Amino acid sequence: MSSPAYNFAYLDEQTKRMVRRALLKAIAIPGYQVPFASREMPMPYGWGTGGVQVTAAIIGPADVLKVIDQGSDDTTNAVSIRKFFVKTAGVAATTATEDATIIQTRHRIPERALGEHQVLVYQVPIPEPLRFLEPRETETRRMHALAEYGLMHVKLYEDIAKFGHIATAYDYPVKVNDRYVMDPSPTPKFDNPKMDNCAAIQLFGAGTEKRIYAIPPYTKVVSLDFEDHPFVPYRFNAPCELCGSEDSYLDEIVTDDKGGRMFVCSDSDYCEGRQAAGHTGSLISAPYKERAARG
Amino acid sequence: MANQNLRENDEPLLIADDLSKSFGKIIACQDVSFKLYPGEILAIVGESGSGKSTLLQILSGQQSSGQGRVSYRMRDGVTRDLSTLGEAERRFLFRTDWGYVRQDPAQGLRMAVSAGANVGERLMAVGWNHYGRIRAAASSWLERVEIDVARIDDTPRTYSGGMRQRLQIARNLVTQPRLVFMDEPTGGLDVSVQARLLDVLRNLVRELHLAVVIVTHDLAVARLLSDRLLVMKGGQVIETGLTDQVLDDPAEHYTQLLVSSILSP
Repeated sequence: MSSPAYNFAYLDEQTKRMVRRALLKAIAIPGYQVPFASREMPMPYGWGTGGVQVTAAIIGPADVLKVIDQGSDDTTNAVSIRKFFVKTAGVAATTATEDATIIQTRHRIPERALGEHQVLVYQVPIPEPLRFLEPRETETRRMHALAEYGLMHVKLYEDIAKFGHIATAYDYPVKVNDRYVMDPSPTPKFDNPKMDNCAAIQLFGAGTEKRIYAIPPYTKVVSLDFEDHPFVPYRFNAPCELCGSEDSYLDEIVTDDKGGRMFVCSDSDYCEGRQAAGHTGSLISAPYKERAARG
Repeated sequence: MANQNLRENDEPLLIADDLSKSFGKIIACQDVSFKLYPGEILAIVGESGSGKSTLLQILSGQQSSGQGRVSYRMRDGVTRDLSTLGEAERRFLFRTDWGYVRQDPAQGLRMAVSAGANVGERLMAVGWNHYGRIRAAASSWLERVEIDVARIDDTPRTYSGGMRQRLQIARNLVTQPRLVFMDEPTGGLDVSVQARLLDVLRNLVRELHLAVVIVTHDLAVARLLSDRLLVMKGGQVIETGLTDQVLDDPAEHYTQLLVSSILSP
């Protein structure tokens, strides 16, 4: 009874082989949703079970894992998944983007450019970009097969008709390798350009929906748009108040009930790295002061 | 040019050849053959259950026929058997060169998206990628079917039944199809709304030189719109001919019954 009740990285080897076969197929057909036999994981659906299964299938003892949730390394989801793999696979964990070989993410792509030695694993809630326009899965599959993507533009048209501009801010549809329209999971559209021609492998796992898809390294990824309403990445027009960054994606944080708010980098590792390098924002000492005042 | 047009119009657009279809023991249609020429309007009339709608679905490739075949002259002038088309080709044909107007507009429209997007969808599907141009095309089509352009951003849910039906027609005609199938387009509308719809339809059909196959149980609609009539009963075509001729001087007993059952005020 000395051996643990579970295998390396939790999943049994047969399951990992099944997931790897789906991954290979997904990489061979960029943007195509490959069905796979998603397993029950020891965490609830919606917590990233798809991403966890993909990570479990590709992780090895020498890998260094980073997990982020909305760009941050220390939210519940990120901490839980990191602990899970440290415990079940005994791998090293890190919060530094450049040190990681596998980065599992929910809702963000790190600010620092990824390299060829890295794999980015996305947790995907709804893999089907056409879902809310065409509820029939049989029909959407056929539309993907025949590359009938007029409907995707209907959504963008509706945005412009209602708001005067393409108001879709996350889940912004992309076309991969000039063929499949793909849902980039709920990352902000700010991150869409980072997917294009990316050096790292990008893998997407949707546990509830039982789908895996992928973007191989250096693949063309284009955000859909209209000629007269081109794709524009969105970010709050402010510098990060902790590190002063002018080009990172920002979180808006409400600080009191009188309309006070601050903008800080969503990518916590990037922000800390800049602060360590001596960059400061306008409010760098504010959180600490507040803590001191509260006693 | 005129000569060429003449020759164009001499060749049939759609050929139904000996179509039969049965569901188990029930015969939906049997040995139906006809030719439809460009710009011609053919009405299929008969009581419910006579196989009209099944025939329309077979003609438009939405259902396979048990026997016989449907051929269509494509835009390049080649007449092809529809069953030999691949699925991609058939679907492309369906959303460019053909239209299909359903009885219930909720089935033919996307009820949750605006009227403009409903009309623009087919254009976007064939690669239009300029918002301004798509919107301009949608506006001009709304005008043509007599819908107030100010309602372009409203969803069809907020439209009346007659407006929905006219919107469905605009949505189908935006790619300038050559052939339109209509399944009881005036069913469920009250009489004055029907009249307006028929008026719009009649003008558009002549203006655009559309070929139409229209299924209806309403002989008045057939009289107003169609050039030729096909009377069906129990899955069989029992009488065909020019509309006025069939309605004024019906030969078959059943057709006589049908004509005489119309109430005239």
